[in-house]
Amino acid sequence: MKANPAGVLTGAHFLDGDQACCEGALAAGANFAAGYPITPSTEVVERFAARIPTVGGLFIQMEDELASSIAILGAAWAGKKVFTVTSGPGFSLMMEHIGLAAMTETPCVFVDVQRGGPSTGLPTLPGQADMMQARWGSHGDYETIALCPNSPQECFDLMIDAFNLAEQYRLPVLFMMDECVGHMTEKVVIPPADGIEIFPRRFTSLPPSEYKPFKPGADGVPEMVKAGDGYRFHITGLTHDEQGYPAMNWREQEKLVRRLVEKVRKNTDKIVRYEERDIEDAEVVVVAYGITSRVALRAIQMAREEGIRVGLLRPIVVWPFPEKHIRELSEKVKAFVVVEMNYGQMVYEVERCAAGKARTELVDHGGGTVHEPEDVLKAIREVAR
Amino acid sequence: MPEPPVSLARSRKHRGVVYIDWDRCKGCGFCVEFCPPKVLALAESYNAHGYHPPHLTNEQGCTGCDLCGLYCPDFAIYGVRVPVETTEAEVRANEG
Amino acid sequence: MSTLPMVEPAINPVEPFLRTDRMPHIWCPGCGIGTTVNCFARALVESKLNLDKVAIVSGIGCTGRVAGYMRLDSFHTTHGRAIPFATGLKLANPELSVVVYSGDGDLIAIGGNHFIHAARRNVDLKIICVNNFIYGMTGGQVAPTTPVGATATTTPYGCFERPFNLPYLAESSGAVYVARWTCFHVRHITRAMVEAFNKKGFSFIEIITPCPTLYLRRNKLGDSLDTMRYYKQKSVIKNGANTKEVEIALGGEIICGKFVDIERPTLGQSMNMQLSKSLGARYVAPGGR
Repeated sequence: MKANPAGVLTGAHFLDGDQACCEGALAAGANFAAGYPITPSTEVVERFAARIPTVGGLFIQMEDELASSIAILGAAWAGKKVFTVTSGPGFSLMMEHIGLAAMTETPCVFVDVQRGGPSTGLPTLPGQADMMQARWGSHGDYETIALCPNSPQECFDLMIDAFNLAEQYRLPVLFMMDECVGHMTEKVVIPPADGIEIFPRRFTSLPPSEYKPFKPGADGVPEMVKAGDGYRFHITGLTHDEQGYPAMNWREQEKLVRRLVEKVRKNTDKIVRYEERDIEDAEVVVVAYGITSRVALRAIQMAREEGIRVGLLRPIVVWPFPEKHIRELSEKVKAFVVVEMNYGQMVYEVERCAAGKARTELVDHGGGTVHEPEDVLKAIREVAR
Repeated sequence: MPEPPVSLARSRKHRGVVYIDWDRCKGCGFCVEFCPPKVLALAESYNAHGYHPPHLTNEQGCTGCDLCGLYCPDFAIYGVRVPVETTEAEVRANEG
Repeated sequence: MSTLPMVEPAINPVEPFLRTDRMPHIWCPGCGIGTTVNCFARALVESKLNLDKVAIVSGIGCTGRVAGYMRLDSFHTTHGRAIPFATGLKLANPELSVVVYSGDGDLIAIGGNHFIHAARRNVDLKIICVNNFIYGMTGGQVAPTTPVGATATTTPYGCFERPFNLPYLAESSGAVYVARWTCFHVRHITRAMVEAFNKKGFSFIEIITPCPTLYLRRNKLGDSLDTMRYYKQKSVIKNGANTKEVEIALGGEIICGKFVDIERPTLGQSMNMQLSKSLGARYVAPGGR
């Protein structure tokens, strides 16, 4: 279905990533957000708080991230399209409820505008060190989908995709921005509402006597429902059966949790998305995401000028990881150069998928500023030798 | 579930009956303690779990106030008021 | 057997509210939670609420299991976070009557921060706080309501912390309805619940309940029936009492009653009023979408 024009700020704008992220949420039809101030993410909800009362919906600042992350789940079960926004320390606090959202299959979006860490770290400076946490942060087995924009335009576009994925697969989707992308101002073009495709919430048409909140359809995803419609359903974070009733035994665990992870794993091909540049003849592939991908592009340009056949692979959907594509590339290329603003996170995924068939080099950086293209170039030269 | 013991008094004062779910009861004793006319007591026999559910000691004394039902933590007993008119009609039918 | 005709078999008044396919429940013999559920069921009937629009939210713990047993839209959320979940639910659909049914540890320890903020903002929630002075589900650890001197597994030599006085905490945080009853006061509990359902705003009912397996046994307080007798003897009804003075000491007097019943705008009302005032005709109320 098409987007509701009420939330779509059609036109060409000069926005930073945080603001564009907010506009993306509004264009996707988000009508409930809860949040807690944390640099460098606060502008997203500040803008939402200012915009939503004239669009139709509401924002509430809760007393902490624990409250924010579960208030949105409550609103989702009342039928709203929801998201919350935070950065590293808040992301850690929200982990329990990312897990609850995964377990209860609640469609929602969690935005993490990454900053330097660990702990309080560098509140106003970029980092990309929450990437593994996005995959493994909450306890237990679950899969989420994580997207990584590298420009304010993508902050707008990919937010809509994030909401669509959340509705399609009935799970929490993580939006992994970084402070650089969040605070850089660029042109953002917002199309008219009828140019925006929205995946609507899959409310059931079954009567209450037949509906089961966790009975999957053919694609492994159950239909949704909302409170107040007479379904008298039960939602719990305990391991549960298709009815939603607690069923704490290994059989139900196997049945439920396996389905939760396979929801994503079996649909990885449909979900994975990446951008490639100069890959066709590449001997070396630089793997980079978020703001780092833009630095990498400069390094690649410099390397090409030196005659090195190097290209860029930029995961846009970071989780699930583009495993199949890395495996394919590892058969053809000499090496991967993984550039990330951390001391090594996604590099482990690349190395795992390359399975020794191609060399994997890490160009790490603790965050606080972006890489120097020269450092990336040095690594490219090194592996191309 | 077996047919619960239902009793109607032959006296005009009788006003209530209780229904007991024999297997739900866990023998806590609240109903016995707080029954205002004191017509409940724990039975000699016990249920499948080993608890002694209550029984009416004086069928004519139950007022149907349902305090037992309000107190029961296991939803194993409840009282129902029987309209006095019904009781009188039944008594006349019996005598007639 | 009598020759008189049988009475039409009636239904246990609580039965329509139970998920009978999940009975029997997990609560111990003599646990007071089931008693409070009886009161809740009867209060729902008396208040004539549309049951399709009643949502019940629980946290984690023995009392937290109530949501799972009620045949309503029910949510068994994470430990301490029932109130913010309920806040999201209520704000998103103000037509719902949202009840938070949870225990003292869940609502006041880990949930304490959310409790005071929801009371401050006067979110229209009905909080049923079953207080058994202990963490039951996990085996009997000390709670922020455990009286000084009482034994718990994590204070094996006696609790040395002053407990919260819950009605005082609720009132000072801004609750518009505050009442405390014990499990003995079944009719009062029912009436309080009806009043809370009809009330707009953060309504708090504390119900003192026996935990025979852990709190009572470890503190040699007898069994559940002994404790119900103690409630009957040692409780004093003082409606309108000063909540500052209703602290409970081990084995001491329990002051019960309706302590606070005031009016002030709920969070939803204040939000709408403020936004309408500031935005005028541009304000689009959240209801529609």
